[in-house]
Amino acid sequence: MEDLEGLDEIVGEFLVESHENLDQLDRDLVELERAPGSRELLGSIFRTIHTIKGTSGFLAFSQLEAITHVGENLLAKLRDGHLTMTPGTTDVLLAMVDRVRDLLAAIEADGTEGKVEVADVVQRVSEALEGRESSPAQPAASVEEAADPVVVPTAEVPEDLPVVVPEVTPVAVLPDVPAEVPAEAPAERRSVADASIRVDVDLLDSLMRQVGELVLTRNQIVRQTGHGEDLELTRSAQRLDQIATELQEGVMKTRMQPIDHLWAKLPRVVRDLGAACGKQVELVMVGRETELDRSLLESVKDPLTHLVRNAVDHGLESPERRTAAGKPTEGRLTLRAYHQSGQVVVEVCDDGGGIDAAAVAAKAVDKGLRTAAQVALMSQAELLQLIFTPGFSTAAAVTNVSGRGVGMDVVKTNIEAIGGTIEIESVLGRGTTCRLRIPLTLAIVPALVVECAGDTYAIGQVSLLELVALDAERAARAIEDVNGVPVHRLRGVLLPLVRLTDVLGVESTRDDGHVLIAVLQSEGRRFGLVIDRVLSTEDVVVKPLSARIKQLGAYSGATILGDGRVALILDVQGIARRALSSETVEGELDRHDAESTRSEQERWLVAGIGGGRRVALPLEVVTRLETFPRDAIELVGHREVVQYRGEVLPLLRLDHHLSVGSWRDSEPENLVVVIYQSGDRGVAIVVEEIVDIVDEAGRQSDISDRGLTGSVRIRDRVVEVLDVRDAVLAADPGFYDDIAPVGAGSWDAVPALEAM
Amino acid sequence: MTFTLDERLYGVRVESVQEVLRGLPRARVPLAPPTMAGLINLRGQVLSAVDLRLQLGLPAAAPGRDHMLVVIRVAGETLALVVDSIGSVVDVDVDQFEPPPDTLDPAFRELLLGAYKLDSTLLLALDVDRAVAA
Repeated sequence: MEDLEGLDEIVGEFLVESHENLDQLDRDLVELERAPGSRELLGSIFRTIHTIKGTSGFLAFSQLEAITHVGENLLAKLRDGHLTMTPGTTDVLLAMVDRVRDLLAAIEADGTEGKVEVADVVQRVSEALEGRESSPAQPAASVEEAADPVVVPTAEVPEDLPVVVPEVTPVAVLPDVPAEVPAEAPAERRSVADASIRVDVDLLDSLMRQVGELVLTRNQIVRQTGHGEDLELTRSAQRLDQIATELQEGVMKTRMQPIDHLWAKLPRVVRDLGAACGKQVELVMVGRETELDRSLLESVKDPLTHLVRNAVDHGLESPERRTAAGKPTEGRLTLRAYHQSGQVVVEVCDDGGGIDAAAVAAKAVDKGLRTAAQVALMSQAELLQLIFTPGFSTAAAVTNVSGRGVGMDVVKTNIEAIGGTIEIESVLGRGTTCRLRIPLTLAIVPALVVECAGDTYAIGQVSLLELVALDAERAARAIEDVNGVPVHRLRGVLLPLVRLTDVLGVESTRDDGHVLIAVLQSEGRRFGLVIDRVLSTEDVVVKPLSARIKQLGAYSGATILGDGRVALILDVQGIARRALSSETVEGELDRHDAESTRSEQERWLVAGIGGGRRVALPLEVVTRLETFPRDAIELVGHREVVQYRGEVLPLLRLDHHLSVGSWRDSEPENLVVVIYQSGDRGVAIVVEEIVDIVDEAGRQSDISDRGLTGSVRIRDRVVEVLDVRDAVLAADPGFYDDIAPVGAGSWDAVPALEAM
Repeated sequence: MTFTLDERLYGVRVESVQEVLRGLPRARVPLAPPTMAGLINLRGQVLSAVDLRLQLGLPAAAPGRDHMLVVIRVAGETLALVVDSIGSVVDVDVDQFEPPPDTLDPAFRELLLGAYKLDSTLLLALDVDRAVAA
């Protein structure tokens, strides 16, 4: 459809459709000559003209509308028997059709109706309408149409002669257009009708399936010839590889449509919504031509519209507030689409007020979705993700347009259903960006091929975040147990582990102690899937599974690998649901503990402080866990401090504080730090390692020492409980001077989030 | 269309049979019931294979033993039945037919339409829909 470049897409479609309609019209008119007065034919002609009239009115082609309007009236009367066909009326109708064709050609040539006049034909049609026989041959019209190469069958055409297919050379039918236009290489410029054909979508789908098969066969052949000696064969295989790839891309392209198909409706949505909300909105669209599979386009429509409505309704501020904030009164909404690493990225950005993470946190707590302690541990990005939680809505006031309390979670579900992801970024006062990542197509997916218990499985790359390989020695240390749930501390964050062998009830064949973890993400939950081996990455063609296998909840499909073997495609969502109990899942969401539904008073953070000693801190005093590089430590006087999010925090080394003595010969590269913040003050407590977050398992005893408030039994081990107040005072003697004491709840710390 | 399972002759209507194959490598499906004998690659199509022995409550085949696959179409789905060996296509008369004897194990009996009394042996007619649905 290159010819349509620069031409409005809608007009292009209109032209294609109208040309088809006109061809039908020609056939109908010829038929009509033979069977004058056939209601059926007149009805068909009427519908055709009616369709053109409707669209031309919509597209503001006034001449076209005027002529089809009277034509329609005439046809209606003929159809309903108020007028009878005479040769005169046939002529008039043909003249009208010719003029319509002229107009369409003019529109196709330069997007306007050009200088084609319709008054004379309108006149003739009107006369026919009034029952007057117009003079059969209007000389003016005939002269003007002399240049028209379109052969319209008239009575003289023998009946058995097929309708002459109109080879519309747009230039020739425009006698008024200057002569240099034909020089514009008409041979290169096919008319719209010739440049595109309509193809049954089923046919495209079946082509797509066959190409999928071809890709599989290609994979098999390429694999088999990969280590062969036959050079000729290898070369042929490479050629096949190349052709198959190109063919795959080509067929996929036939199903591709520019995202503009969706976007075209949005300016209106934005305008109306902006008007309803009393907001001025400038809509900017970047990357309209970005294409994606038509089936996906359909699935993205509703989520995208929802995001746009959200952005206008909640994202952008009122003109008054914008002025007050020093922004232009007109809000800007930017839609951006582009391809990135085999995916289509669609962004909806507004330059509005942004999302207040603290408000999100407060609301999540308010609605009982998370506890105060949980949100205190979450990063800003994690807090923003809460708006995708079912039942969450950030709109303070429920407006009539959106914010009905359902929304973002549905958007997320819909996007994930097509294998996409959604993320949100927001800067308070600056705006919000929602980013959708959508696969190009569903039929062929890039996958990681893995082995488990001697069987081969495929995991869609879309849910794969990273791979972690641990050798036996590290695995023994780095895989820990939290209430029977194995976890791995990945860069300081606890990752619940799921052994694929456990999920599938099979025996691992790996006995060297090595552990391979595929870090997966599903429905916002991260977990590590322990597999035996990674074999390869491959583009796999998704084959449907019988319902009986699907209902097992562990497989989303099957595929055939390069060596011809069948591999099941793991259903990452299903496995996550199956393997992670709701507690684990929830805990995973705040990523720092593995179980979070208990009340926060009983919860402890257990940290190693060196020399084999461990201390427990009430979780409520933990604002955040961080690591700092050693060289981030600065000295103020004799005190060590670190800069943290714009604040200077005094550093307290627990080993020194509790007189453990240096636990290592040299200081490690990175310091593990527990941040405790209250109001605008905070301290950074350095520990050796974070061991766990647990519930209190035993009673607190009085056995105590300096700096401790007692001890607690945690999993058959006595752990000392840190006197947090004492420790904080050691770091910052003035800490409690102007704020509430520890224990008033970490909620005090939340306003600090707002400043971030 | 006849085949044997544990030395006995079984049959399905020939119209439902798409083809007969020598055993293909099967990918097992963990979590699936044991009668699900795995997935096979039939010229790019992924089919489920049903272990008819287990389905009919017969002893499992000796490991490593040769087997054959009968590819059938049932209720819009194509699947493969794992059988011991393939017999011939035989014509049967309606008057040779008898419903399955009452003395059969009910679970087994349910999967049979009945028996045809051939000259030399009994041909057990399999109720394919039921045999693969269980």
